[in-house]
Amino acid sequence: MKNKIDNVNPVIYQRKLDRHVLPAEEDESVIDEIDVREIFDLVRNINDPEHPLTLEELNVVDEDHIQIDNSSNLVTLAFTPTIPHCSMATLIGLSIRVKLLRSLPTRFKVDIAIAPGTHNSEQAVNKQLADKERVAAALENSHLLSVVNQCLSTKSKT
Amino acid sequence: MSVLMQETTSLSGHEEQVWCVAWDPDGRLLASSGSDKCIRIWGLEGERWVCKSILTDGHTRTIRCVAWSPCGNYIASASFDATCGIWSRKNGEFELLATLEGHENEVKCVAWSHNGNFLASCSRDKSVWIWEVTQDEDYECASVMNCHNQDVKHVTWHPFQDIVVSSSYDDTIKFIKESTDDWQVSVSLDCHQSTVWMSCFDKTGDRLVSCSDDKTIRIWQCYQSDNKLGLPTNDDGYAWKCVCTLSGYHSRTIYSVDWCHLTGDIVTSCGDDCIRVFREEPNSDKDQPSFTLISVVKSAHLQDVNCVSWNPKIPGLLASCSDDGLIKLWNLPQE
Repeated sequence: MKNKIDNVNPVIYQRKLDRHVLPAEEDESVIDEIDVREIFDLVRNINDPEHPLTLEELNVVDEDHIQIDNSSNLVTLAFTPTIPHCSMATLIGLSIRVKLLRSLPTRFKVDIAIAPGTHNSEQAVNKQLADKERVAAALENSHLLSVVNQCLSTKSKT
Repeated sequence: MSVLMQETTSLSGHEEQVWCVAWDPDGRLLASSGSDKCIRIWGLEGERWVCKSILTDGHTRTIRCVAWSPCGNYIASASFDATCGIWSRKNGEFELLATLEGHENEVKCVAWSHNGNFLASCSRDKSVWIWEVTQDEDYECASVMNCHNQDVKHVTWHPFQDIVVSSSYDDTIKFIKESTDDWQVSVSLDCHQSTVWMSCFDKTGDRLVSCSDDKTIRIWQCYQSDNKLGLPTNDDGYAWKCVCTLSGYHSRTIYSVDWCHLTGDIVTSCGDDCIRVFREEPNSDKDQPSFTLISVVKSAHLQDVNCVSWNPKIPGLLASCSDDGLIKLWNLPQE
């Protein structure tokens, strides 16, 4: 691992308040489809690989860049690297992908991409994240898997 | 015209995603492989398809691809563990005969030449290796081709010439053939706008179909040096041209395509869980052929369909496999 950090002083954003659970959501008889906020809640606490901060605090993920279509089982998420030359972009995208793969029902197709215009190698990173064969091979690499798992491990937040 | 494809069998056994299905040359056995590092051999027992053997301990990581030799006595396997396995069938049982090492990263595909004299393998290390099969079941590296800029996804051989066709993450297709003393790239096809996942010849070897992450399939036609289109030909006296692009049918990446040598039908498997069959229109112009979508199976599997393969002996019999861990057999009714 390299010791140099890409973005030494990132802007830190305010965290959102926790979701307010409505009575209907606890009612088992009501059909409650997965919504954008739920997808956001799955990814907001992923740790940045470099900073002791979450992807939400760095504004890498936000609700506006998430779409879900329950009828066609599609989830799309665009993430915003903190700087346009961030070398961690692929790793961050992979962590988001793995988190959603593990959490969502398998019927969902998940497309993860960099928010347009926010990274120098946007196309190359997007192509790699969309190639499920390369993602599958990457996740068989035990070192890489442990780095991803570190990003996904949730610390208790105050 | 629309033909209803019927699901006849669903085979479970693999513990994780299934990447590949391949029929033996007699069309009696089906080999499958996947992330659970096993190869399974399926066959009929009475009227039921059953798993006849499970080949384990050959690989330490995902087995991405399996291929039968033309004689049906060998299976080659390609694994993310950077090796190829050669399995031989003796007295009905398969045993690991050799492990071919040399690739630096994941091996993505392996294929036998028409007479079984050569084996080609390709890898994320951007290379295609040609192995020569010697008399005493030995495998010698005949050439290492560094002809792609990126991950090589697939290799296939011409139906009766010693020509390998490779498809790559660099969006290109290359034809590799043996010249006087070494193997060389003789044609490069550059037309797809994203990863080419696979390509497949028709039975004449004069046409090729390719499928891509750009959600299209393309039909390529071979032209000789005296062609009426006036196409410039290469040193070997031929040219390949894209004569048909089928776009707008697939909503996600097309992972595999197979051109049936019995019926001429083309089948695709897609990341949108569907299987589609295309048929050339009667009297279609060879230089501008038209293909019609004759059958779509929506939700053929619960997840991405990774591979489809026509049975080489029984027209309309199709095998498919998926991330959902299942293998399915289908029947496309013939007229």
